[in-house]
Amino acid sequence: MQHVISVLVENKPRVLARIASLFARRGYNIESLAVGPTQDPTISRITLVVEGDEDILEQITKQLHKLIDTIKVGDFTNTSFVDRELALIKVNAPSALRGEIVQTAEIFRARVVDVAEKSLMIEVTGTPDKIDALEQLLKKYGIIEMVRTGRIALARGYQSL
Amino acid sequence: MKGAKMLIELLKREGVEVIFGYPGGAVIDIYDVLFDTPEIKHVLVRHEQGAAHAADGYARTTGKVGVCIATSGPGATNLTTGLATAYMDSVPVVAITGQVPTKLIGKDAFQEADVTGITMPITKHNFLVTHIEELPIIVREAFHIASTGRPGPVLIDLPKDVQQQEAEFTFPEKVEIPGYRPTYQGHINQINLAAQAIEKAQKPLLYIGGGVIAAGASGALRELAEKTEIPVTHTLMGKGAFPEHHRLSLGMLGMHGTYWANKAIMNCDLLIAVGARFDDRVTGNLKTFARNTETIIHIDIDPAEIGKNVKTHIPIVGDARLVLEELLKRVESKKHPEWIQEIEGWKKEYQPPRKESAKLLPHTVVEKVYQATKGKAIVVTDVGQHQMWAAQIYLLDEPRCWASSGGLGTMGYGLPAAVGAQIGNPDKLVVLFSGDGSIMMKIQELVTACNYCLPIKIFVLNNSYLGMVRQWQGCFYKGRYSCTQLKNPDLAQLARAFGAEGISVKNEAELEEAINKALSIEDRPVLVDCHIEEEENVYPFVPPGKSLDEMILWEPGKEG
Repeated sequence: MQHVISVLVENKPRVLARIASLFARRGYNIESLAVGPTQDPTISRITLVVEGDEDILEQITKQLHKLIDTIKVGDFTNTSFVDRELALIKVNAPSALRGEIVQTAEIFRARVVDVAEKSLMIEVTGTPDKIDALEQLLKKYGIIEMVRTGRIALARGYQSL
Repeated sequence: MKGAKMLIELLKREGVEVIFGYPGGAVIDIYDVLFDTPEIKHVLVRHEQGAAHAADGYARTTGKVGVCIATSGPGATNLTTGLATAYMDSVPVVAITGQVPTKLIGKDAFQEADVTGITMPITKHNFLVTHIEELPIIVREAFHIASTGRPGPVLIDLPKDVQQQEAEFTFPEKVEIPGYRPTYQGHINQINLAAQAIEKAQKPLLYIGGGVIAAGASGALRELAEKTEIPVTHTLMGKGAFPEHHRLSLGMLGMHGTYWANKAIMNCDLLIAVGARFDDRVTGNLKTFARNTETIIHIDIDPAEIGKNVKTHIPIVGDARLVLEELLKRVESKKHPEWIQEIEGWKKEYQPPRKESAKLLPHTVVEKVYQATKGKAIVVTDVGQHQMWAAQIYLLDEPRCWASSGGLGTMGYGLPAAVGAQIGNPDKLVVLFSGDGSIMMKIQELVTACNYCLPIKIFVLNNSYLGMVRQWQGCFYKGRYSCTQLKNPDLAQLARAFGAEGISVKNEAELEEAINKALSIEDRPVLVDCHIEEEENVYPFVPPGKSLDEMILWEPGKEG
């Protein structure tokens, strides 16, 4: 089962390495990982997506907690949460097909953020599913390169981690 | 004040009395300050691994934080085996390593290694000091982290230029780390549940580990065991936490544990694990471990240990002493005559056979040393067969009298750890049991022991084999003794070359004489090289992956 885990950590060097090595040495696979500072510049939030059963998840959460730099750990799996991912997709766009591509992007509320003679760069945010769907549609034009941020998530409502 | 001076000033304020270390280019400034610091004794080892083990042996036997210093690069990487050893056994050690100047970090400078990166998985935490202003809080946090919660090693990597920078000395009174708040008080509801389970149990058993010693919980444990008449079995790390001569003591459990302790584990209805982590050397086959147990209570300060290997019914996160004291208030006095009788039956069913042999037997050596020292020594061991014989035969009644590498199983641990133990306990008798394989791994620390006139009594159970590996080759690899026969130097002569006393022993009569002589020498170490029966094995023995009740009790075809 897939779990979305949110970790508040001290914004210090090597914290990410500690987290990553914790996963590596136990053989737990990280499906996605996104890091960035929070409203408090001394604290960063790491969003991890991991696969595993309850026992593995319990160990992951406890081991994350054990790190001295970890302040809080939350598993969103059984709570209501909003999650998003951002992708930039550079796609082949000969002038004949350009209108069609822009139309497709619009349906997904994606934006064209760079235009060149033979290509377009499209920015899209949304759930991973939505990004997958757009990627699928753009494939036929030829994706030159793309990048995804990995999921970020916050629990719904007033409560915070 | 310069960074190096500030470091030493901070160590003094932390109460550090002794540092084990080895100088080098990146720590010259620190050593320059130590030159004028008579308050801190510096013990010069002969290899940095020895410094880490010595700090570890000092910490295990005194309960204080052990401190070691090494230079950058190779000095620091040499520490790693010692840090990993301390990490696996939860020993509070603070290691200070020099680092190349901050401007050179990451440039592959001379004697540079990414020490915080390398030691990340083998320390509880580590720090790289990049500005002198951070030094005071980092040193305070390091000692705080090493000695609180589940103890462990912490490393401070200190670049040379930071040691030379100047800043005003400050001493942060309070240490507050937002993400680090160990839970000491156990949850009262859980403790109540535990008390009810104890009330209900017919065949309860206490399984205790090193956490009992770390928490200073021996007294509370003994009270609980006596009040509720619950037998106690301990791990290798828990040796001495409960008096081994006590009528309720079953001795050690696990791979080389006693027959009756392992029987008790497999037949108890309530298992109360305290400060123990269900290591694979203890549990044997996890699927069958404690298969008749209805309830497992697990008391541990580290929440990540609970449920890691074995499913627990009543988890209690907290300090072992505080939890046991709360539990004591909630249990009634009880007796379990039938259960005790059942255990007594197992004791009668099997006693380790007493062998007759023309050659010197390892058991005899440990037994004779035990008798001569009246069981009162601080016992340090290396790793291998001798370690198990020492654990089985040298019974201890006090905590902090046992230093042995459990989790990592580090050969070479013994001699430097004995140095640390003797430095920390100058008035106590320190006995080291080692093997011919183990002693050769860190023999250079005999120089250290000689330099500081440490009267450590070293007994090498010399069978000219890498004995434990040979035992496994015998049991599981059709006796193909691949590379386990050791050609050793004359260890007694070698000891004398170092400046120690060296005695070679081949039979029981020589042994008694040697022990008496060893005990009478007070100004230098004594190495007694005991040439024992070469192919003696450690029994009982639970083969790896088997259930605890599938013990091999004695050598097939030879006894029983």
